[in-house]
Amino acid sequence: MSYGAIGLDDAGVTLHGTPVWQHVTGSFPPGSMTAIAGANGAGKSTLLRAILGEVPLAAGRITLGGLRAQDFGYLPQARIIDRAFPISVTDMVLSGAWRQTGAFGAAGRTVRQRAADALRRVGLEKQAGRMIDALSAGQFQRLLFARLLMTDATVIMLDEPFTALDAPTTQDLLALVREWHAQGRTIIAVLHDMHQIRTCFPHVVLLSGGQAIWGETARILTPGMLQRAYDTPQPTWAGSPA
Amino acid sequence: MSILAGLWEPFATFGFMRRALVASITLGMGAGPVGVLLQLRRMSLIGDAMSHAILPGAAIGFLAAGGLSLTAMGLGGIAAGLGVALLAGLVSRRTHLAEDASFASFYLTSLALGVLIVSARGSNIDLLHVLFGTILAIDGPALYLMAGITTLSLFLLSFIWRPLVMECVDPGFMRMTGSRGALYHMVFLFLVVINLVAGFEALGTLMSVGMMMVPAATARLWTRRLVPMMALSAMVGMLAGFTGLLVSYHFRLAAGPCIILTCSAAYLFSLIASPVGIRAGGGGSSPFRSH
Repeated sequence: MSYGAIGLDDAGVTLHGTPVWQHVTGSFPPGSMTAIAGANGAGKSTLLRAILGEVPLAAGRITLGGLRAQDFGYLPQARIIDRAFPISVTDMVLSGAWRQTGAFGAAGRTVRQRAADALRRVGLEKQAGRMIDALSAGQFQRLLFARLLMTDATVIMLDEPFTALDAPTTQDLLALVREWHAQGRTIIAVLHDMHQIRTCFPHVVLLSGGQAIWGETARILTPGMLQRAYDTPQPTWAGSPA
Repeated sequence: MSILAGLWEPFATFGFMRRALVASITLGMGAGPVGVLLQLRRMSLIGDAMSHAILPGAAIGFLAAGGLSLTAMGLGGIAAGLGVALLAGLVSRRTHLAEDASFASFYLTSLALGVLIVSARGSNIDLLHVLFGTILAIDGPALYLMAGITTLSLFLLSFIWRPLVMECVDPGFMRMTGSRGALYHMVFLFLVVINLVAGFEALGTLMSVGMMMVPAATARLWTRRLVPMMALSAMVGMLAGFTGLLVSYHFRLAAGPCIILTCSAAYLFSLIASPVGIRAGGGGSSPFRSH
């Protein structure tokens, strides 16, 4: 399927009466790999959620270039997931096939085989029968990546995918992200690690003082730009978009 | 009297004890699994609030029927409970108040309104019946209604099982996949309301939530698997019904409180005896954690 770029045209989001970011214009071309950076509270996750249609725009518009909702895969921040819930690793991965199984359909042999393959791909095949609360933070993040594999999405949106992970886990999961990119999928990731962004992500959106600076990573992540982004007081509102 | 006769005789001799036993088993079977999901969805307070929220509807049903009628009071209770659930949901979406805070405001209003209605038109005994139930006075039609509610509850629960569970774990991901979380949430609240309504003639509006929450909390101390947890919760409720009725019969005590206190005894025992109870300490050292 051919599709166009995801575009933001003079878009703005307001939360509880306070603008998070405004007049944002830019695009994510098909097959691109873009990091979203900025200080805490700059609205990075809000940008992801706005693209996914979860946050209403106060101004402007977002075009999806012909992509449908089912073409998007989303990895939420691990901290918003209830890890104490009694559910097995396999069931969690199977939920990634929701668009095939729906709320009531059976998870057939093919889907289960894909789930087993996804777990093997992230190195969790031995944990398949365990409950999710028995996993370490790194294993849990691997599990979320396995679930994302199940979605077989064209556009993959990652919200802080490597936060609080050790180096080997980060390298393994980063390799998976590179593999997705090599397959022609569009990658959009909220990240904090500037070294990671510089070495792995050709494009960046730097959110700073309610504005978005969009472009090639080497051109945008200059010391001056970073100082401005991280020293500028962020707008405050009730709630805390990351 | 032998121990066996002591266990059997009250139910063999008295029809009201048999009906109370069937009512307890029915309530435990329906409310137990719902209670587990209510706790796992971190909605324990909402279950409690909802049990109060149904009171004005039950009171209006009481007035309309001219006395204690489970059908009239049940329908009124369902209408009031769902009304409060909708209002609380609406307020939490339109304001910065969380859903539990909205529920807390509405249920207190409902409780006061319900007590006012019953006390204005009925006697103090009627008020006691509405608040604390009359499990020993359960009749045939009431049993049919309870059994119907439990059947509907278990059927609906199995039908919306997958979305309900996945919405609990990761609502953000599920929204992204197009799951209709708000719809399943409302169906679940409906299940809570009808189970509370089923319980209120037996245990009253104040104690019917006990049959939902205490067995669920007990079951959570013994297993980490969801389906066994729900089965165990139902089992604890049913056994507490049997044991509570026997205690009530032999010691001439009020039956409803005996049933709930038996649930509480099972919970206290589990707190002490379970490997994840108070002996584990701190709440963070689950033996199920492998590293």
